[in-house]
Amino acid sequence: MARKQESLTGKIDWLTVILYAMLAVFGWFIIYSASAGGTEKSIFDSTIPSGKQFQWMIACVVVAFIILLLSSRLYVTLSYPIFIFVLLLVISVMFIGVSINHQKNWIRLGSFTMQPSEFAKFGVSLALAKFMSGLNVDIRKWKDKWKAFSVIAIPMGIVLIQGDAGSAIVFLALSLVLFREGLESYFLIIGASVVVLGIFALIISKYILAGVLLALAIIIIYFSRRNKKLIWYLLGIWILASGYIFSVDYAFKKMKPHQQDRINVLLGKQVQEGKDWNIKQSIIAIGSGGFIGKGYLQGTQTKLKFVPEQSTDFIFSSLGEEFGFLGSAFIILLFVALFFRLLYLAERQRSKFSRVYGYCVACILFFHFLVNVGMVIGVAPVIGIPLPFISYGGSALLSFTVLLFIFIRLDTQRYDMMR
Amino acid sequence: MSKDLFKNRYQVIRIIIASFALIFILRLFYLQVISTKYVALANNNAIKELDVYPTRGMIYDRKGELIVFNEAIYDLMVTPFETKKAKGFDTLKMCELLSISKEEVLDRFEKMKKQKGYIRIPNVFAKQLSLKDYSRLQEYMYLFPGFYGQVRTIRKYPHRVAATILGDIGEVDDKQIETSKGYYKPGDYVGKSGIEKVYEKELGGKRGKKFSFFDVNGRDVGSFGSGEFDTLAISGDNVIATLDIKLQEYAEKLMQNKKGSLVAIEPETGEILALVSSPGYDPNLLCGSVRGKNFNALLTDSLLPLYSRPTLATYPPGSSFKPIVALIALHEGVQGVNYGYPCNQAYNAGGVIVHCSHAHPSPTNIQYALAQSCNPYFCQTFRNSLEKNPGMSTTQSYDKWVKICNSFGLGVKTGIDLPSEVRGNIPTVNYFNKIYGEGRWKFATIISLGIGQGEVLTTPLQMANIFACISNKGYWHTPHIVKKITDPVTNKDVTHQYEKHIALIDKQHFDPVIEGLFQVVEMGTARAARVEGITLCGKTGTAQNPHGDNHSMFAGFAPKDDAKIAISVVVENGGYGATYAAPIASLIVEKYLNDTIATKRLDLEKRMVETNLLHKYGVKTNKSAGMNAEGEE
Repeated sequence: MARKQESLTGKIDWLTVILYAMLAVFGWFIIYSASAGGTEKSIFDSTIPSGKQFQWMIACVVVAFIILLLSSRLYVTLSYPIFIFVLLLVISVMFIGVSINHQKNWIRLGSFTMQPSEFAKFGVSLALAKFMSGLNVDIRKWKDKWKAFSVIAIPMGIVLIQGDAGSAIVFLALSLVLFREGLESYFLIIGASVVVLGIFALIISKYILAGVLLALAIIIIYFSRRNKKLIWYLLGIWILASGYIFSVDYAFKKMKPHQQDRINVLLGKQVQEGKDWNIKQSIIAIGSGGFIGKGYLQGTQTKLKFVPEQSTDFIFSSLGEEFGFLGSAFIILLFVALFFRLLYLAERQRSKFSRVYGYCVACILFFHFLVNVGMVIGVAPVIGIPLPFISYGGSALLSFTVLLFIFIRLDTQRYDMMR
Repeated sequence: MSKDLFKNRYQVIRIIIASFALIFILRLFYLQVISTKYVALANNNAIKELDVYPTRGMIYDRKGELIVFNEAIYDLMVTPFETKKAKGFDTLKMCELLSISKEEVLDRFEKMKKQKGYIRIPNVFAKQLSLKDYSRLQEYMYLFPGFYGQVRTIRKYPHRVAATILGDIGEVDDKQIETSKGYYKPGDYVGKSGIEKVYEKELGGKRGKKFSFFDVNGRDVGSFGSGEFDTLAISGDNVIATLDIKLQEYAEKLMQNKKGSLVAIEPETGEILALVSSPGYDPNLLCGSVRGKNFNALLTDSLLPLYSRPTLATYPPGSSFKPIVALIALHEGVQGVNYGYPCNQAYNAGGVIVHCSHAHPSPTNIQYALAQSCNPYFCQTFRNSLEKNPGMSTTQSYDKWVKICNSFGLGVKTGIDLPSEVRGNIPTVNYFNKIYGEGRWKFATIISLGIGQGEVLTTPLQMANIFACISNKGYWHTPHIVKKITDPVTNKDVTHQYEKHIALIDKQHFDPVIEGLFQVVEMGTARAARVEGITLCGKTGTAQNPHGDNHSMFAGFAPKDDAKIAISVVVENGGYGATYAAPIASLIVEKYLNDTIATKRLDLEKRMVETNLLHKYGVKTNKSAGMNAEGEE
C-alpha cells in the first residue's frame, strides 16, 4: 500500500499542481481585496467571500485527494453514467432550481448552492473522451461526426434554453478537441469566418461588406488565371456569406436586449446611458493600475464597488488595478503555462481517452480564460463566466478542480495500456 | 489548400492560445502603460472634492440679544440605485409620513431623471424637513432602503420682526455665480436682502474643501490621504446690529395694520435703533421649504410687504420740512429769529394762494411760526431766502439753498448699509431751467417747496436723519444698521467707522429752531404727542396725497438738550401728522427713554396699536399675517 502511494506521488505532474495552486491562492488573495479590502475583517472570516472561498479551497484539496486515490479506470468505466447523471442534473434545474442573480440555474443542497452546468463540463468531457476512444471511431466520418457533435450539443442546448448563454458558449471549446482529433480544417476556418463576418456585419453596412467580399473573390479569380472550378466555388461561398451577413442583423434583433447591449458596447456603438457601466468601470480600474499597480489592498475602484461582480466575473479588474501590468501579464502567462503544460501532458498520453480528456480540460479552461479576460479588458462581449481558479465561487472552483484532477490522475497512468 | 498548414494540430492549438494571450497582454499594455487617462478617470470616479460649508454668522442686537441664528433641518436624500437593489421601498408609509400622494412620490423620482447619472448619486427627495418631521421619519428609515437624511441649516428669527433690516437668504442666482468667479455654485445660499445681503462676505464665512473617497453608491467612505489636502471651513462672523430689538418689536406693534414707515436713529452715532416698514412680515416666512410659496404670496400682496418703505418710499415731507427752511434763512441772514409775518390764513404768491391749515395768531418769531406750522410765514421765509440774499440772484440763492439741503442728506443717498436706497428729490436749478427756461422762474413758481410740497421728496430715513442732524446742531453720521462685526473664534471686533457729515449751517442758528420744535410738542400742532418729563422736539407734517387721504407725518428727537433718539414716522393716508404719526413717535420715544409708558398714556398706546387703516388701502386683512413659516401648521 505504502509503495503504491509513493509511486503515485512520483507520477503526479507536480508542475500542473503547482500552477493550479498558485492561481487558486492568488485568486483567494484578490477575492479578499475585492470584497473586504480596507476593512478590519480577516481573510479567513467566513462572513466574507474570501473566508468562504478558503473553506471551498480546503474542500477542493480533499476532493483532489479522493480523485487521486480512486482508480483511474473508474472514470473510464463511469464516463457514460456520469454523463447521463450530469445531463439529468442540468435538466432537473428547470424544475427544482433556484434563482440567483435572475438565473435559474442553481440547485440548493442543504446549506449550499451549486450550479450543475459547471459540472456538465466534466461530464461532457468524459463522455467525449470515451466516445472518441472507441474502436474505429473516426471524426472524419460523418457518422461519427454527428455522434460527437451530439455529445457536445445536447447539454449545450439544454443550458442555452435555461438562458445561461455564458456556460453554453464554453461547450464550443470542445470543437478544438475534435479539431485535434482530426476534424477537417474547414470547420475551423468556417467557424472563424462566421465570427469575423458577424462582427463586421454589425459594424459596417451590410451592402458594403457584401461588395468588398465580391471584390475580394474577383481579385482571387483574376490571379488564379480564371480557373473555372474555382469561380463557381467562390461564387457559391460569396452567396452563402452574403446570405449570412444579412441574417446576422435579423439574428441580432432576436437576441435579448441586454445581450444586444453587451455586443453594442463591445463594438463601441452608442448605448443607453449606464448600459456600458460594467465594462467602462472595469477598464478604468485596470487602466488606473498602471505598470506596477496601486498595491495590494490599495485599489480604489474595485474596493469602492465601482466595478460590479468584482470578486466573481470581474475579478481580473481588481488584479489589474492592484498589481498593474506586471501582475496581470504574470497571471496571463501563468494561465498560458498551465494550458501549454496540459496540452503537453495530453500529447504524451498513450491512451486516446486520456488524450482527448486532457484536450477537453485544456480547451475548456482556455475558453473560460478567453471569454472572461476578454470581457474584462473590453475585447469580448460581456458574458458572465468565471475566471478558472481565481473567481470567487465554490461550485466553479470545485468543478474546475475535479475536471483538472481527473486528468492529473489519468496522467499518472500514462504508461498503462488503456483503450 | 490549407491542410498542410494545419497538419500539426497540436502546434495550431498552441499558436491559437499564444496569440490570444499576446493580444491580451498587448491590450493590457495599452490600457495600463501607454494610456494615461484611466488614472484620472479613476480619481474622478472615487475621489471627490467636497465643499465644507461654514456656519453662517449670527446676528445680535445692540444689547446683545440674539436675533438671527441657524437651525438644523434635514434634506431627505435618495440613491435610486440602492432602492432599486433592495427592490423598492414602503411607498405608502413614506406618503403617510411626508403627507404626500403616491403620484407625488413617482413625480419626484421622475424629476430626478433630468440629472445625468442620477441613479447612482444621492438626490434630494424631500427638502428641508424640520427636526420634528425628520425624527418621525427616522423611526421608519429601515423601510426606505437607499434613503438617508442630510443635515443642513436654515435661518431662524426668534423675534419675528425686522424683516426689512435683517433680510433673507436664498439660492444664489446665475448672475452672482458668474461674478463670483467660481466661488458660488448653483444651490448655494446667499443673502438676498437686508443685512444678510450687505454683509454676505462677513456672515457667509469661507468654504472649506474636503477630499473624500466615494463608493459607487455615492457614500462617503473616508477622507483621502488622511485629510492632509483638506482645508477647514471658516465660520461666518457674527454681526452686532445697532438695532434695539425690543424697540423694533414695539414699533412694529404700533405700526401694525397701517401702511407706512418708522425710523429711529441715535443722533450722536447715526445708529439705527428701529426701522419699520409696514406692513411687514415674519422673516421666518422666507426660510426653509416654504420660502418659494410664501415669497410669491408676499410679492403679489397689494400692500407690498417686500417693499422697504423707510429707504425706498418717498413722500413730500410737508411741514416737517419747515425747520430746514427756517435754518437756511437764518444761516443766510435773510431774516432774523424775531422776524414776524402776518398770517391771514393765506399767502398770495403771485396768484398762487397758499392756505394755512388752521387759524392761529400771526407769528412774531420763528419759534412760534414752527409751533403753529404757519404756511404763509414759511412761504415768505423761502421767498426771503431766494430774493433777499445780498449780491445773489434768485437762481444763485436757490442753488445755494439746494446745496445746503444736500448737506443734510436730502436729495442725496444717506449711505445706509442696506441694499437699496433712493435719494429722494431736491430739485436743482437745472431742473427748473429745463422746465421753465433759464431766468423764467422765480420764487412764486416754486413756492410750494417752502412748505415741503411740490417736487421735494424725502424718504422716512432722510427725515429721521435731518432731525438727528438738527439735534446735533449741525452734523450727522451716516446712518447704519451694523455696529460691529465679531470673529466668533478669536472674538476680535471690527468696528466700522462711519463718515461724519457737516451741515452747512452755523451752529448758533440751531438753538431757536430747536426751541421752536420743542414748542411744537409743548403747545403747538403736536400737543397730542407731549410726554410728561420728556423734552420732545419735533414737527408734524401732512403731506398732500393726490391718490387719497393725506399722509400723516412726524419727525423729531428727544431729549431736547442731549438727544438720544431721533425719529420719523409716516402713516400713509393717516390724515394730519398729529393724528397718528406724532402720537406713535412719542410712544416710541417714551418707550426708548423711559422703558415704560406712563399710565395715563396707555389709552393712547392702545388706540394706536388698535388703529386699523387697512380699509383705506382696499384690503380687509394683512395677508402675510395669515401665512405659515417652516414647520407651522
